[in-house]
Amino acid sequence: MENLERQSLEVDIACVGFGPAMGGFLTTLSKVADPSLLQSRVMPGMPLQIMCYERADDVGFGVSGIVTRGRGIRASFPELDLSSIPMAHPVKHEKLVYLLDPIGASRRSAALKLVDKLLPARHSAFEIPFIPAFLRKDEGMVLSIGQFTQWISSQVMATGMVQLWPGTPVQSALIEGNQVAGVRLCDQGVEKDGSPSAGYMPGMDVRAALTVVGDGPVGAVGQQLDQVFGMPEGHHKRDWAVGMKMVVDLPENTELEAGMVYHTLGFPEPEIFGFLYVHPNRGASFGIFVPSFLETPVRTSYRYLQHWMLHPYFWRHLKGAKLRSWGAKSLSESGKHGEPFLAGNGYARIGEGSGSTNVLSGSGVDEAWTTGAQLAEGVLDLLREGKPFTKETLHEAYVARRRKSWVEKEAAVAEKARDGFHQGFSCGLLGMGLTGLTKGLLNIPGVAKRPHEKFPSLEEHYGTKLSAAELEGIRKRAAAESIPLHDLLMNQAGWPEIPYDGTLLVSHQDALLMGGKVQAAPGYADHVVFTHPEICETCIEKTCISICSGQAIMPGEASGVPRFDREKCVHCGACLWNCSKPGRENPEFGNLEFRAGAGGLHSSEN
Amino acid sequence: MSAFHIIVCGSLVPDPLQTLEPITSPTGPGLKNEAMLPAVLDPWAGHALYEAANLAKNNPGSKVWLVSLGPKAKLQQLMMTIAQKVPFELVAVDGSASGFTDPFEAANALSDAIAKIPGLDRSKLLVFGGCASASRDAGVTMQMIGEKLGICDQFLAVDELSTPGDGSLRILERIEGGRYQVSSCQGAPAVLAWATGKLPVPPNNPQVGMMNMRAIMPALQKAVPAKVGSEGVTFSSVEVPKQKRETRIVKDMPVDEIAREIVAWITA
Repeated sequence: MENLERQSLEVDIACVGFGPAMGGFLTTLSKVADPSLLQSRVMPGMPLQIMCYERADDVGFGVSGIVTRGRGIRASFPELDLSSIPMAHPVKHEKLVYLLDPIGASRRSAALKLVDKLLPARHSAFEIPFIPAFLRKDEGMVLSIGQFTQWISSQVMATGMVQLWPGTPVQSALIEGNQVAGVRLCDQGVEKDGSPSAGYMPGMDVRAALTVVGDGPVGAVGQQLDQVFGMPEGHHKRDWAVGMKMVVDLPENTELEAGMVYHTLGFPEPEIFGFLYVHPNRGASFGIFVPSFLETPVRTSYRYLQHWMLHPYFWRHLKGAKLRSWGAKSLSESGKHGEPFLAGNGYARIGEGSGSTNVLSGSGVDEAWTTGAQLAEGVLDLLREGKPFTKETLHEAYVARRRKSWVEKEAAVAEKARDGFHQGFSCGLLGMGLTGLTKGLLNIPGVAKRPHEKFPSLEEHYGTKLSAAELEGIRKRAAAESIPLHDLLMNQAGWPEIPYDGTLLVSHQDALLMGGKVQAAPGYADHVVFTHPEICETCIEKTCISICSGQAIMPGEASGVPRFDREKCVHCGACLWNCSKPGRENPEFGNLEFRAGAGGLHSSEN
Repeated sequence: MSAFHIIVCGSLVPDPLQTLEPITSPTGPGLKNEAMLPAVLDPWAGHALYEAANLAKNNPGSKVWLVSLGPKAKLQQLMMTIAQKVPFELVAVDGSASGFTDPFEAANALSDAIAKIPGLDRSKLLVFGGCASASRDAGVTMQMIGEKLGICDQFLAVDELSTPGDGSLRILERIEGGRYQVSSCQGAPAVLAWATGKLPVPPNNPQVGMMNMRAIMPALQKAVPAKVGSEGVTFSSVEVPKQKRETRIVKDMPVDEIAREIVAWITA
């Protein structure tokens, strides 16, 4: 069985991941006016063979609650009719809201508490009368990225030029010397540890002259390229956030109108930003972003999201709403600091994993789409000219095009916008404002720590709120009951327990079932691996457990090594940057590997 | 070995974990947000497809067609998830695949599409499908397809099929009382409606997908429209099975105790 030959397939272009960036790439490529340009080099006489492999079980199963100006998307679809995309609606009105803490449990500085007292608040919130231009989404649109991605997939598939294969995770790039020669798909028919079992089928090698990598911020191929080829001088991927969202049916008597957009800050912790967008037909998306500069060992996005929902400013609208969908994803918050080498021999990188997200405006989909479209334009140029896909030609055709575009110009303005957050929340906010208002001329500096350096110990974090005896009691109880620490800690620190109502306020496990419809096909190896279990045995914080969006990482047996259940994993990738112990092999990350894997969310409304 | 021409009738159903909420729309009953619900291949039809592919693989010269009745856009999406599984040629029929279609109309549309397949050899013809598909579990659609095609040998709850090699068929069907009926059939043509099957879902094979997809997109473009609605039918009430779920994590509980607790929960 182990001797089964690994099969190989020759294509012209192999694409990894199908999100907005790949949508932009394939849309632009498949709209070419002269199809004779796109003759296959590996199958003479046939059209160009373009294969796109997506990890998730279907297209549109990813997550991103978006409100976007959609400049790149509109450039690709000048006659775009939003009504043809379910859940899409033009932005009608935006509000920026500072949420006060009505509970008194959040980590507020004395200065912030004073500000809270002075503000003329209503419903424990202050509507900021002025939204800076860099945050506004003028003439934008509210989208469900799941529905948008499905719509795009139907457009590109219908051209017959692209084959799009969901449920097909790519294990790695085929790297030969300094050249990427295609991709290797994940083995199937294997045990949790990857050893062959019944129905073993080694992952196929898909060889291609050009490999387009758009597998997002935590994609396996992107990680591999960062490791093998390194990052440009001074660049790093140290700033992250996990975005968790819900899609709901608002109550029948809702006053919220389609196209309404809220941005929030201040609660449940000052560092946690939130959003609410209203779709047509009483649908709404809302969620929070838990950033890596929230320096606490208790980063639990689900519990925090529930407290955000229950804030009086929103609960008056959300009470009686019904959960339709739920999910989470990691966001690369490094912006241009996190830009890898964009192209090399035989490969190019697009989208969020290529550092395209604008960290000042908080916009990612539009930029990702545009980088994909730019690469496609470059690829078409190279095909017209009969040139190979080398580092030099791709730089000329793609990277140079990107550098001249609005994506780059705006990214340069935003480059240092969030540096101030490394000095604290107030400095961060001030820095963003300064950067935005001076168009990048002035910034508040800050040094980005590696992800594992951002966790204080529990004693440091709860020093004034919980005594050593209380912390020890909580630790003992969590160990005895094999339950995570974070809920016990938050309860003890003054956060009220969530009053479940069975429709919107539901247990974390019910959110997986009712909202995410999370599942995983058998026959794939575990994609979360604790690299050196002996390190986990000594870990007290176990932040990987508290951050896990799907409770897929839970306390393990007596050894102290967490256990991973891939059938609950939503593939948000937050565990990758939420380990408090440095990795021996790669200290930029922790003692945990986040590999390619199948399964995850089965909702296309996110 | 005998060569077979195997037609598999199979289409999409909502992904089983989706929340289904019946509504009355201007065109009749339907599901809330139906267009947005992720879809999978009807699991019964899945058994039929994987058994058909296996039969074709073991009988050289055989060929598999998948005849699918569903909204064209949703069929296109479904093909992305199943076309890497086994080799087949798609025949697409563009019409509703909701739970509110009329089985007779669905059978009409499918049998018409089958009859028009060029090169189909009736002496080799096996028509496969799910035993309960497109009939709200009434198990009548495959039977009517067989009648429309004039095929008398019909097996409507198949768990297993074996072919001795002389063209004959040996079929294991489930019957009342937890027993099985073994039938022998001289050979094609025959209708086999699958209740289960013995094959797992095959792994994704990119080479199979690449070959299938070259013919799938033209087939979708050629999909003929079919009227399979529920016009003139009044549904007095519509319900989906209620989900009841309670989760508790326990360790080291004896099996007998778990069984006792489950029985008590079911009978409560």
